[in-house]
Amino acid sequence: MALDSATLVHLARLARLSLGAAEREQLGADLDRTLAMIDQLQAISVEGLEPLAQSQPSHTANRVDWVSEQDQSEQLLGLSPAAEGGYFLVPKVIE
Amino acid sequence: MSRIEALDTVTGQLAAMAAGSIDPRALVERCLGRAAAQVELNALITTTAEAARAGAAALAPGGGPLAGVPFAQKDLFCTRGVRTTCGSRMLAEFVAPYDATVAARLDAAGAVSIGKANMDEFAMGSSNENSHFGPVRNPWDRQRVPGGSSGGSAALVAAGVVPFATGSDTGGSVRQPAALCGVVGLKPTYGRVSRYGMVAYASSLDQAGVLAHTAEDCARVLAVIAGADPRDATCSTRALDDYVGSLDAGVRGLRIGVVAEYFGAGVDPAVAQAVRTALQVLERRGAVLIDVRLPSLPLSIPAYYVLAPAEASSNLARYDGVRFGHRCDAPVDLADLYSRSRAEGFGTEVKRRILAGTYVLSAGYYDAYYRRAQRVRRLIADDFSRAFGEVDLLAGPTAPEVAFALGEKASDPLAMYAADVNTVAVNLAGLPAISVPAGFVQGLPVGLQLVGPAFGEARLLCAAHALQLASDWHLQAPGAAA
Repeated sequence: MALDSATLVHLARLARLSLGAAEREQLGADLDRTLAMIDQLQAISVEGLEPLAQSQPSHTANRVDWVSEQDQSEQLLGLSPAAEGGYFLVPKVIE
Repeated sequence: MSRIEALDTVTGQLAAMAAGSIDPRALVERCLGRAAAQVELNALITTTAEAARAGAAALAPGGGPLAGVPFAQKDLFCTRGVRTTCGSRMLAEFVAPYDATVAARLDAAGAVSIGKANMDEFAMGSSNENSHFGPVRNPWDRQRVPGGSSGGSAALVAAGVVPFATGSDTGGSVRQPAALCGVVGLKPTYGRVSRYGMVAYASSLDQAGVLAHTAEDCARVLAVIAGADPRDATCSTRALDDYVGSLDAGVRGLRIGVVAEYFGAGVDPAVAQAVRTALQVLERRGAVLIDVRLPSLPLSIPAYYVLAPAEASSNLARYDGVRFGHRCDAPVDLADLYSRSRAEGFGTEVKRRILAGTYVLSAGYYDAYYRRAQRVRRLIADDFSRAFGEVDLLAGPTAPEVAFALGEKASDPLAMYAADVNTVAVNLAGLPAISVPAGFVQGLPVGLQLVGPAFGEARLLCAAHALQLASDWHLQAPGAAA
């Protein structure tokens, strides 16, 4: 199967990756080959097999309802490449 | 070829400190001196010399199970105040405000970090050529790769810079570089070691591990880092075994399944022969070798390359240029901020996997790819369960070939993915496994992989220890620093 250009543009948009034409072509070709490889799975009978999401049995972990973390908002905002007045800065969203 | 010294090992260093023949400050200086002599390996992204000296000076030997032992931390474990890059431009300046549980436990045990080890970006790769900070070189042959993604960790141990290093293993990232660099690499059971503060790649597969010269050293480190953590709900609350105390139990009567599929097409016959020779060493010590089959094993690479990219595409959605990490200049709108920050911050292999993951999770393909791969994952896990009904451990070559040349597979992702053909199934099934030095082919190290049932780390370490008592492959060291 060969992915067409429109599909790649759609994928890149879903993944929020800005790709130039040359990079898109290269990554598209690589993805084509990867998909051809994983298509081996289509030939396998999986009837009656429960999907396995976690290898070890999981449980819902409960804990005592107490505050374990202090207010770290300043530290966390300090990690941001753009923060001001206690907020993360993003380009204007609402016109 | 030279040989490693007792002071190159955790056990040897602890003994020397207990005997008063060396102190933590001298050990740190020894490490830093060696790191400087081996700088061309490019195995450390960040060296924390002053912090290491201060840490060593503040310790008294005997202050913890690893008091005074220097080590390197794979650069995906968050370390308070020291940048954690994950081998990526995206996190090149990221300084975590907290320690990963693995880092905190090693610190509490008295181990002294000398820095952060180079790695494939976001742990995606098998050669350490995908690092934003440049490739790591294999100490055995500097024109060859050290394996990946924990390539910096493996190279540092192999070169005698540190006695142990941390790693992480999502599809073989501890075991394969350990094999290619001639050291021991332990990947514990999924959930045995906390993932808190370990940068996420594929959360249902990721597990922290250890690289060292000996199984005994791995046991000492595992005893420190393993165990329940309220900050990671997937971390097991099961009690720890006595990993160090059970090392000498021996292998008499131990049934080792020799897995036919691990010796399949694509495995270098010389590597296969070396591994069979190593297994005969265990047989002479009383182990029983039994031929077994894992018929679904050949499906593990295709299943992994659906599931791991799917989880990665979701996990890496957090890098948006807003809260932390790289942010593009002058974004015109929010979509531009996300798309350009991510395009600039991520390297090619990470983009490949994000796109593949996005594809297999997208509308119309979810059942055909993702759900189907999860069912095949069940098939693979069932194969292991059946095998462990008959044998105690499974065995085969860790990697299909010895270290390959830098650049040899860099432009062929599928050839690179095949380097993990014998390791990824263990992650899909969540099992523990270890790679142990098992000889040389053309002067380059070969690794024997042993796989255990869930939480069978003590049995694995015991078998690896038995092999090391009866062989000296792990004592060989790369030639004098070039």
